[in-house]
Amino acid sequence: MAKLNMVKALNLALLQEMERDQDVVVIGEDVGVDGGVFRVTEDLHRKFGGKRVIDSPLAESAIIGTSVGMALYGLKPVCEIQFSGFAFQCFHQIENHAARYRMRTQGRFHCQMVVRMPYGGGVRALEHHSESEEQFYAHIPGLKMVIPSGPRNARGLLVAALRDPDPVIFFEHKALYHAAKEDVPDEIEALPLGHADVVREGRDLTIIAYGAMVRVAREAAETLASEDGAECEVIDLLTVSPLDRETIVASVQKTGRALIVHEAPKSFGPGAEIAASIVEGAFLSLEAPIRRVTAYDVPFVGFARERASVPDVGRVLAAARETLAY
Amino acid sequence: MPRTPLEPRFSVEYLSILDSDGNLDSALEPDLSATELKRLYRAMLLGRRLDERMVRLQRQGRIGTFAPIKGQEASQLGSVCTLRESDWMVPSFRETAAMLWRGWPIEKLLMTFAGQLEGCQPAPEQHDLPITIPVGTQLPHAVGLAYAAQYRGDDVVVMAYFGDGATSEGDFHEALNFAGVWHVPVVFVCQNNQWAISVPLKKQTHSRTIAQKALAYGLPGLQVDGNDVLAVYAATKEAVDRAREGNGPTLIECVTYRLGVHTTADDPTKYRSEEEVREWERKDPLTRFVEYLRKKNLLEDGLEQEVDAEIAAAVKRFEAMAPPDVLTMFDHAYAEKPPELLAQREEVASRLRSPDESTAAPESPPSPPMRGQRKTSRWQN
Repeated sequence: MAKLNMVKALNLALLQEMERDQDVVVIGEDVGVDGGVFRVTEDLHRKFGGKRVIDSPLAESAIIGTSVGMALYGLKPVCEIQFSGFAFQCFHQIENHAARYRMRTQGRFHCQMVVRMPYGGGVRALEHHSESEEQFYAHIPGLKMVIPSGPRNARGLLVAALRDPDPVIFFEHKALYHAAKEDVPDEIEALPLGHADVVREGRDLTIIAYGAMVRVAREAAETLASEDGAECEVIDLLTVSPLDRETIVASVQKTGRALIVHEAPKSFGPGAEIAASIVEGAFLSLEAPIRRVTAYDVPFVGFARERASVPDVGRVLAAARETLAY
Repeated sequence: MPRTPLEPRFSVEYLSILDSDGNLDSALEPDLSATELKRLYRAMLLGRRLDERMVRLQRQGRIGTFAPIKGQEASQLGSVCTLRESDWMVPSFRETAAMLWRGWPIEKLLMTFAGQLEGCQPAPEQHDLPITIPVGTQLPHAVGLAYAAQYRGDDVVVMAYFGDGATSEGDFHEALNFAGVWHVPVVFVCQNNQWAISVPLKKQTHSRTIAQKALAYGLPGLQVDGNDVLAVYAATKEAVDRAREGNGPTLIECVTYRLGVHTTADDPTKYRSEEEVREWERKDPLTRFVEYLRKKNLLEDGLEQEVDAEIAAAVKRFEAMAPPDVLTMFDHAYAEKPPELLAQREEVASRLRSPDESTAAPESPPSPPMRGQRKTSRWQN
């Protein structure tokens, strides 16, 4: 057991899986000698060499495209897209090919690969370095979309993603990389994909969040408990797609109220799918309209205005109080 | 400091061995046995006859939109025949003749163009990718396959096909660049058939050749007469051998011509002249190869009938197949079906079980015309 931040926890997952499985290779811009711009692949190049930890030319489409080829051959590539804002240059390789090869060839080929991308705001970064764009990947059949919220689940989910036979888009929130340290077991731990975690139990309101918004949701829940005497249940999705509807619906059947928090823009975002699932599964339990606290439907606002757009504890509290009072 | 020319000076060669008038450069004539030559010709003929048959099947509504290969048989077969079974072949969507050579059954090709994914399923030990439709996007896959083979220490060469239009795509350039940097065993075979639907080569690139684009990425590039099966064979054999010996990738530009439509949804009379087509018909790859074989006394009687019978038998098997089981559409989205997918599958299953026809799954309606489709002025193939 060691106290690790998320960067070190992700690094440990890669290191241990690479030691265990020769087929795991790492590819991306600056992932080798430099250890990645966020240091997630630190030391892997030294330990495993340039053939397994590939400093690729600067081209997102070919990073994913060649990884698709490697996966079709039987390797298990872990691709790093330096920032999720650059992934539109490889979006076609993800949507047209990585997600579809199993279907297209009726199971003869599949792409066991993980695409890691730092995402999210709050780090005073420029355009294309702060966006939250999980909804695009969550919408694509054939992909899984995973977003950890802390060091220990980041490690466990990355191990599971590396072992999953289907392509996994793995988002890492930049503001969480160094935010906190947690005890991470030395032995390999894999968390199941497709399962949400109830991180706080409550009877009055269900708050659904993932990634960096889990901390915001939990803080709001503590304030509501101490100031309003309301007990919120907080669900950390961990996997955005496939969505763990069962856990969400069971919680809302108990609480009768739901609030969804995400950093992606509101319209057509993951919150819409979560809300629809609640209506489908817990309609008769609902005591209030389902609320969404999200980024606004505007392109990148610049970090000088970011705090007004990314959900914070104050916005979650206000929405929660309205929902509780409905 | 003066300006000085950089060494080495770059150059691109053009290779032709058997020209359209039947003249043979015997010094360059490849060493192919009588059996190999006969096998090549049979494959070219099968490719041509199946192509013509598939266009008719599409016109009759028995398969969907199809991209014919007529005129490109030499480019495809002269190159693909240099591969071993253990090598990999990565097609675009106009490689019927190359796919037949690699062992794809005719029925599977028909299924592909009849909208059945089973047609894109390679056999368990077959080292081919299925067709890729988004232009040029298969090229990085070829490079990745070659990287993986090299990583595992396998003796494998990867051959990737694409057209002149694909050379404008970013994926073409990224793939050549990665292949050059990684020094992987890939042979890029461009079938420059002069037209990307309605856009001629001169509007596609300002480069004099496509082959020269290789030089920018540090690989050899060679232009060949793509209607000369001997030249295509000689050029690709050299490239495959070079790749196998660990000497890296090559780009080969086969200068050929799409004698038919882009796809059966296209009408080329809108954008190119009859004269141009007739001029290229005179350079037909089959005609000159027939003359070459005739001189060697290698032409076999009854081959056309034999090939037609093979096609007819396959069409019969294809048409006798049971309609696809719609429920299997849920089987290959993921290795394991998530709960929502199980629920969606059950919804379809219950509709299929329903005795009430109004709620049962509908028969597919006739295909609507594709974008840009218009009534063809003639059944040109």
